[in-house]
Amino acid sequence: AAGPGPGPAGGGRSGAPATEWGGFEDNMQQGGGSAVIDMENMDDTSGSSFEDMGEMHQRMKEEEEEEEAEGEAGAGEEEDGEFLGMKGLRGQLGRQVADQMWQVGKRQASRAFSLYANIDILRPYFDVEPVQVRARLLESMIPVKMINFPQKIAGELYGPLMLVFTLVAILLHGMKTSDTIIREGTLMGTAIGTCFGYWLGVSSFMYFLAYLCNAQITMVQMLSLLGYGLFGHCITLFVTYNIHFHSLFYIFWLVVGGLSTLRMVAVLVSRTVGHTQRLILCGTLAALHMLFLLYLHFAYHKVVEGILDTLEGPNMPPFQRVARDIPVVPNAVLNTTAKAIALTL
Amino acid sequence: MRDLKAVGKKFVHVMYPRKSSALLRDWDLWGPLVLCVSLALMLQGGSADSKDDGGPQFAEVFVIIWFGAVVITLNSKLLGGTISFFQSLCVLGYCVLPLTVAMLVCRLVLLAGAGTISFIIRLIVVVAMFGWSTLASTAFLADSQPPNRKALVVYPIFLFYFVISWMILTFTPQ
Repeated sequence: AAGPGPGPAGGGRSGAPATEWGGFEDNMQQGGGSAVIDMENMDDTSGSSFEDMGEMHQRMKEEEEEEEAEGEAGAGEEEDGEFLGMKGLRGQLGRQVADQMWQVGKRQASRAFSLYANIDILRPYFDVEPVQVRARLLESMIPVKMINFPQKIAGELYGPLMLVFTLVAILLHGMKTSDTIIREGTLMGTAIGTCFGYWLGVSSFMYFLAYLCNAQITMVQMLSLLGYGLFGHCITLFVTYNIHFHSLFYIFWLVVGGLSTLRMVAVLVSRTVGHTQRLILCGTLAALHMLFLLYLHFAYHKVVEGILDTLEGPNMPPFQRVARDIPVVPNAVLNTTAKAIALTL
Repeated sequence: MRDLKAVGKKFVHVMYPRKSSALLRDWDLWGPLVLCVSLALMLQGGSADSKDDGGPQFAEVFVIIWFGAVVITLNSKLLGGTISFFQSLCVLGYCVLPLTVAMLVCRLVLLAGAGTISFIIRLIVVVAMFGWSTLASTAFLADSQPPNRKALVVYPIFLFYFVISWMILTFTPQ
């Protein structure tokens, strides 16, 4: 069915350009003679970017429907010919160009297809309901009691991603309330870099350690666990950026930070065997988690701290700056003295 | 002229958000581009402290708005949305209009002085426009989601406009 179908169509096409432009007459006869071969090349132009990408996908997926695709390609090629204005598509040059166009089109289509497929890879990790997210947020603050039985971790990425973005927003808000006029652009860059760097970097590091310590946890679960642990950080920073009391921060750091750390540690412990391994994993995670909160508070709180220190009397450094009394000398005296010195030199 | 009219119609749709499909059906990115450029230009010339330069640079505002819009679009698609990539970008970009108006108002208010009263006025204006932006974009985008997941899509939009409002509110002129 492929042969006879495109045959007359090819013949019809070769008829029309012959009357307009005789440049390719020889080639056209060749084209007319080898109509079937030409149609294969013509067929290839169906993969050019002029045609719909969707049709390209279908062609790649369903190979048994090549006839259908060729039929569409025939129609598409006619449009291509008219669009290009190159009636000599059947010439050698035309064939090469058509081939090239098909290669490029195929590459484009496969790239687009793989990009689309990548999004689909992430789709199951975003399959959540709002109630589930809320439940998991609250659970992240409650340490589990059973550590002898492996605890279930939901491999979900929506909650952690939103928490990282919320943390970025809170950091930005905190920098505003510390009343500093800083370069806001790089501030945003620093905040985003810090939060994402922590989430991705520490997750990868902990996953690597877990691999060394034979813990039963996957990368997505680690990302999810650490991400939900940031909920405690968000609460602490949100409160302490609005109420500037050092002692309040330390209480929140211990209580809220400690609770979320305990939960993460308990879940990890339940999935690890062996005392040394458990100790390594949990010690590292606890240290990194708590230290990150400390860092966020103090690194972005430097300026307020400076102001607070100068206000609190007993904390003033022992070294006192005393203003030097420079005697005020009238200008006239200075000028005459300078002139006198210049004359003597 | 036809394109200008289409853009103008979309601006009107944003100011009076009703459930119309005009914004979604014929998406275009002219409006978002114009709004983004004007917002970034107005955010220039922030006060320069002795320590650092002031104000976000043009490129940073641009990148933040477009990167944020892309992330929200990806998120809504991953949550099972039926809206296409560029339609979502179009809606989010057009809904920056109230915040651009807020920026204009803030600049005018700051011409009169930078005291506490001006800060309160600016705060009220920015918060109102932020709410309007979020409501407008939610009216368009939330419909394309399954009904029980609307909150999951609205939250990142809220954060996105919050960051832009923060940039506007903390703008202090030289």
